[in-house]
Amino acid sequence: MTKPTRAAKRMGDPGGFLAIFALAYLLFLYVPVLFLPVFSFNDSIFVTFPLKGFTTKWYEQAFADQDMLRALTASLQVGAIASVTATILGLLGAKAVTRYRMPGQNVVTGLIMMPLFIPEIMLGIALLILVNTLFIPLGLFTITIGHIMLCTPFAMAVLTSRLDGFDKSLEEASMDLGESPWMTFWRVTFPLVAPGIISSMLLSFIVSFDEFLLSFFLQGQQPTLPVYIWSQLRFPNKLPGVLALGAVILIVSCILVVIAEWVRQIGTDERKVGVA
Amino acid sequence: MTASSAPSTAPGFFDRLRAFYLRSDAAKGYVLLSPVMITMVILLAAPLILLVVYSFWTQVGLQVDTTFTTDRYNDVLGKQSYHDIFWRTIGTSSLVTLVTVGLAYPMAYYVAFGVKKYKFVWLILLTIPFWTSYLLRAFAWKVILGFNGVINSGLMTLGVIQEPLEFLLYNQTAVVITLAHAYAAFAILPIYVSLEKIDRTLLEAAADLGDGAWARFWRVTFPLSLPGVIGASLLIFVPTTGDYVTPQLVGGPTGQMIAYSIQVLFLKVGDWPLGAALALSSMAAVGILVMLFVTAMQLAVRQIR
Repeated sequence: MTKPTRAAKRMGDPGGFLAIFALAYLLFLYVPVLFLPVFSFNDSIFVTFPLKGFTTKWYEQAFADQDMLRALTASLQVGAIASVTATILGLLGAKAVTRYRMPGQNVVTGLIMMPLFIPEIMLGIALLILVNTLFIPLGLFTITIGHIMLCTPFAMAVLTSRLDGFDKSLEEASMDLGESPWMTFWRVTFPLVAPGIISSMLLSFIVSFDEFLLSFFLQGQQPTLPVYIWSQLRFPNKLPGVLALGAVILIVSCILVVIAEWVRQIGTDERKVGVA
Repeated sequence: MTASSAPSTAPGFFDRLRAFYLRSDAAKGYVLLSPVMITMVILLAAPLILLVVYSFWTQVGLQVDTTFTTDRYNDVLGKQSYHDIFWRTIGTSSLVTLVTVGLAYPMAYYVAFGVKKYKFVWLILLTIPFWTSYLLRAFAWKVILGFNGVINSGLMTLGVIQEPLEFLLYNQTAVVITLAHAYAAFAILPIYVSLEKIDRTLLEAAADLGDGAWARFWRVTFPLSLPGVIGASLLIFVPTTGDYVTPQLVGGPTGQMIAYSIQVLFLKVGDWPLGAALALSSMAAVGILVMLFVTAMQLAVRQIR
């Protein structure tokens, strides 16, 4: 590809009209979600304008709820196990597909990425049949294996793109200079791959933490947080508490996503050219 | 590939196997790939095969009769209400795809061609909603569109309307709005990637040959970005046909989609074989429609060129 001239770079440059559209689009993306935090501080059980007054009592109410705290703990546990497991699986898999050429590789990658392209309800009922066939009782364990299946393609995608840009000769240079394979891993490979691992764990954790439908099908006695929230939506008097809880979840996951995306770009030149 | 499957215990066999392993990239690759491969076979391939097997069985009370039968598919095809809800699902998902891709294209175009600095900030801003709780975003729309919701109470406070607008919630329109919002990131990223890849010198060449801005867009940029558009359409259309949360929260009786019928069969009625047959036949039908769509798009591209 020849180097584009300056005139070519300007080609296709949209005018100011598109900038206005872009801003409107961002408002469409963010404003609806912002109503959750706004009304979570509103001193009224109804989510209606005009706003009545400032209160933090919905937050106090939400976090004093023992069932909510148990569901939160369950979600944190499931998310931790699922994200670590998916990242380990994804790391080994990503190393395999970026380093070695294997017959039938595309079929296997296709299988791993499949959960992203199948409606979640299919995954839910299929797993429900599996655990029933194997006589595994429904509970946090069944939810966890479902989440591992769902998080693995995300982990695999993040880590494959990280390892793809990885220069193999760095490892070889380290070995040539007399480092053992183990020390090479710790001093060369790991620091280069670590941002991908952190990013993969954070994103898998968010996917698991927010996941509703699989958990809904695979749940036993103890719900995860989204399943608990779903059960609360039926009761109008619980609405403000859900708003408060939802606002906290949204803000925390936004922060985690920004960290994950930022970490993912460390040491790559993607920041200059955008995600290729 | 594994040592256990080899019957030979002759001396040197394992040495030969070791030598083979060290020489063969494929063997090393598969050793690394096997944990994730086995996990996905057990947690994804096996369950989907079991789902297919179940659809050929029969529920008798709490037991399942495992005699092979295609009656469940006949049951599904013979029931008018399933046809109705299926086509409503297809209609809703098509509308969602059209709206989402239509809004996302200019947005992706702006980031690819208009943004000079801090492109990654735009990309992160557009991806954040993708990662945040889908359930909560759908819930936000229920709060916004509700009878006593944000829009109605807001407009009434401002004196624009006297009575709440009833058409906002519990219908197909509400489902389309909510899903279009939820799937925005799915559309923007593939389109952006295909736009970003376009060789800018092609546009320059088109300009040199006398094409105006619009002609350049329709004859160069748009055809080259179609893989992204098709990818985005599939990433929206297929998952939304199986959506459960949004129709339940904002759909009301007229906004119901096929996932609801499947959920009822599995968790309420307890007729898993029928549920499996319904799920699989709808997915097969969705698959056929998707193939038709992709073929049609490819033919259209040829027309433009």
